[in-house]
Amino acid sequence: MNKNKEQLLNKRYKAEKRFRLYGQSAIFMALLFLTIFIFKIFSTGYSAFQKTWLIVPVTFDAELMMLEQNPSKEDLKDADYYDIALKSMADLDPNANEDQENELKRMVSYFFEREIKRELLNDPSLIGKTKDVYLTASDDLDQVFKGNYPRDLPEDQRRVTDYQLKIFDQLVELGKVESKFNLSFFTYPDSREAELAGIASSFMGSIFSILVCLMIAFPVAVLAAIYLEEFAPKNRFTDFIEVNINNLAAVPSIVFGLLGLGILLAVFQLPRSTPLVGGITLSLMTLPTIIIACRASLKAVPPSIREAALAMGASKMQTTMHHTVPLSMPGTLSGTIIGLAQALGETAPLILIGMVAFVNTIPGSPLDPAASLPVQIYIWAESAERGFVEKVSACIMVLLGFLIIMNLFAQIIRHKFEKKWS
Amino acid sequence: MNLILFIFIVLLGFTSYYFGRRKAYTIQSTNKRLTALPQFYGYYLAIWCAIPAFIIFSLWAIFEPTIVKLLILSDYSNQGYLDDELNLIYEKTKALSRGQFTGEITPFIEASAEKYLSLRSIAQSSKAVIVLSIIIASVAYAYKKISSNSRTREPVEKFLKAVLFTASLAAILTTVGIVFSLIFQTIDFFKVIPLFDFVFGTHWYPAKAFVRDSSEALDPTMYSDTFGAVPIFAGTFFIAFIAMCVAIPIGLMSGIYLAEYASVKVRQYAKPLIEILAGIPTVVYGFFAALTVGPFLKEIGNSMGLDVSAESALAAGGVMGIMIIPFISSLSDDVITSVPQSLRDGSYAMGATKSETIKKVIFPAALPGIVGSILLGVSRAIGETMIVVMASGLAANLTLNPLESTSTITAQIVVILIGDQAFGDPKTQAAFALGMSLFLVTLCLNIVALRVVKKYREKYE
Repeated sequence: MNKNKEQLLNKRYKAEKRFRLYGQSAIFMALLFLTIFIFKIFSTGYSAFQKTWLIVPVTFDAELMMLEQNPSKEDLKDADYYDIALKSMADLDPNANEDQENELKRMVSYFFEREIKRELLNDPSLIGKTKDVYLTASDDLDQVFKGNYPRDLPEDQRRVTDYQLKIFDQLVELGKVESKFNLSFFTYPDSREAELAGIASSFMGSIFSILVCLMIAFPVAVLAAIYLEEFAPKNRFTDFIEVNINNLAAVPSIVFGLLGLGILLAVFQLPRSTPLVGGITLSLMTLPTIIIACRASLKAVPPSIREAALAMGASKMQTTMHHTVPLSMPGTLSGTIIGLAQALGETAPLILIGMVAFVNTIPGSPLDPAASLPVQIYIWAESAERGFVEKVSACIMVLLGFLIIMNLFAQIIRHKFEKKWS
Repeated sequence: MNLILFIFIVLLGFTSYYFGRRKAYTIQSTNKRLTALPQFYGYYLAIWCAIPAFIIFSLWAIFEPTIVKLLILSDYSNQGYLDDELNLIYEKTKALSRGQFTGEITPFIEASAEKYLSLRSIAQSSKAVIVLSIIIASVAYAYKKISSNSRTREPVEKFLKAVLFTASLAAILTTVGIVFSLIFQTIDFFKVIPLFDFVFGTHWYPAKAFVRDSSEALDPTMYSDTFGAVPIFAGTFFIAFIAMCVAIPIGLMSGIYLAEYASVKVRQYAKPLIEILAGIPTVVYGFFAALTVGPFLKEIGNSMGLDVSAESALAAGGVMGIMIIPFISSLSDDVITSVPQSLRDGSYAMGATKSETIKKVIFPAALPGIVGSILLGVSRAIGETMIVVMASGLAANLTLNPLESTSTITAQIVVILIGDQAFGDPKTQAAFALGMSLFLVTLCLNIVALRVVKKYREKYE
């Protein structure tokens, strides 16, 4: 009898331990996913911040550039750089035949002409002389140099030929291949060529969309929250508004994209693919988030503040505008930033309103066609070129960096400025 | 022109504020008692100055193009043109008047273009005149009111309250906007495709509708076996089911652990860390699923001799499950913490261990709230787009094998609408019909979930 009891007790304690273990392993699993995730992104993405350059001697031959004696700045701008660019690549292997010369040319990006031109414009005295110029390596060689590209594949299965590899290895041995910080990733717009693709266009698109979103969503949401929290009578209509807000917060984002397509583009005829439309669509999505945050922080202002103001003879509107609303601002602002961070990461609605179009210019206003950072991730992730994989991860790192900064900012505002009522 | 007028109105509004306030001071200096603080006099005047002008201004902007169009096209009204042709004539007229017209210029269109230009200039100048006279009239009226020292605070506050109320209608307007944007296209779609075929058909090949010759009239029989949404619905629920198989055990158990077992320190760090998972954009999850999880599963499957698609439902659903973990864990954490302590104490007093208390007392008490949080998670899983678009297939297979690829409502909407859309094409309309069904399903889930959670909260608070 006694032994039986003890066995039962042991069994119960074991069950207790097991249950606890389940809980611990659940937490562990969740954190494990997070770690794998972040590790994977960083390990594939960090190399995109480096760019491989080939150092190629270029002879600035005035004759080949079709330049007269003592050329002016204008002449230099209009000169023909293609031939000297081609020649300097071909000179890497004096014995190259025509096919091989073509292969040599494809070892650098198609910007090589421009890079040589920039060099000469910086220093016009170079005419007739030879100088080592940094040329952007093609994305396949870039990947080879970073060790992301398997060399042992048969030649017909890779995009780098044996000949290109041979020349490249010679250059590496001579120290003519260099890896430097990839500034063009931040300053160039999108491109079909991985080595030239940058996030400048999608970054500006994101900034414009978020600004439009902020300018619409913030005022409307704050005013709506003030009405619902301070002035709205308790009746069916107010309840209806509340049900609407709570529902909108949980409507799938793609439905807002359909709204943007069906109303903003089809009915109001706003321009497609622009951050303006994207921003309006996103603002409708963030509206409920900000309203809910603002109402919560209005609710947190103690009634004594209101009563004191009313007792001093302030009207209801004065009490609200002069006392309640300013006191609720820290909570509202941090809620707004969190809402904007959500909007910044949103992809599906922007795809539907056409912000996936290939844009190779940097937008200057919300009315220019643009992509956004998350859409850029989608576009690059769908392309087959290997060079884009690290670009995607790098773009994700930039996006996550922004989200982290925004969330930290929201936390700081909340902890620093929010009054604790005790 | 519009911009100048707009800036002008704003500037006038500001000046009238200062003007009104100064008036209040002059009244005060005559030793009369003011009826409100001086700035209310200013607000009163500014509101009367700017708001009527803005209303006229925006009404004009809305109706001017329509009226001009009507006037221009009235010249053509008795010549038997179709609506489309009239629209074309109007567009040509507009282009010509802007000097951008390149086609053949007929005298008719040239005459209309001239008429258009003159109408526009008349409209512009009369708009300016009307807006200015409105401003003068309303400011004069308001100034008289101020001068006679009548009440200004009450009207100003009433106006502000009206503004607040209007802002709160934004949520309703958005819902109405969603319904409107979906419903017309959906109705058009069901005129061509019978509802029965859509809901019960088992073949989904919208691409077939796309290759049709656009010169032919719509032929419903062509679409008879094209828009059967059963594979899509099945795929959606299947992927959501896989996601919940990952999210419910992990999310629920970590919620329970955080609420009942974890020390303050663990809770302080683990909770925000898990919530990071909720803040990661879904496109990032999609990339992760497509690049890492999909090939990984394929490799494992191949080594076990299974035929796994690189775009398997398992990869998409699994990653989606990871995304939903934090929703379930933090909601169920909240729900469990709000179960009153007295229930726990009672159970401990009877000699129950902690896990027995959780399983037999707290869990049943918190069940409605937990169900609510799970329903919200399901609604998220159904509405999730990017993970499925990037990691799952785009062809709609009717399958229950998690190793094959399937497609979902959201993925199909994106696939159909990603290029240029022709409104009026059944394929485009099909996307809106899918959107409608998605909206309705998630709406029901949300309403039920929110109601359940609310009822539960009321019970213990």
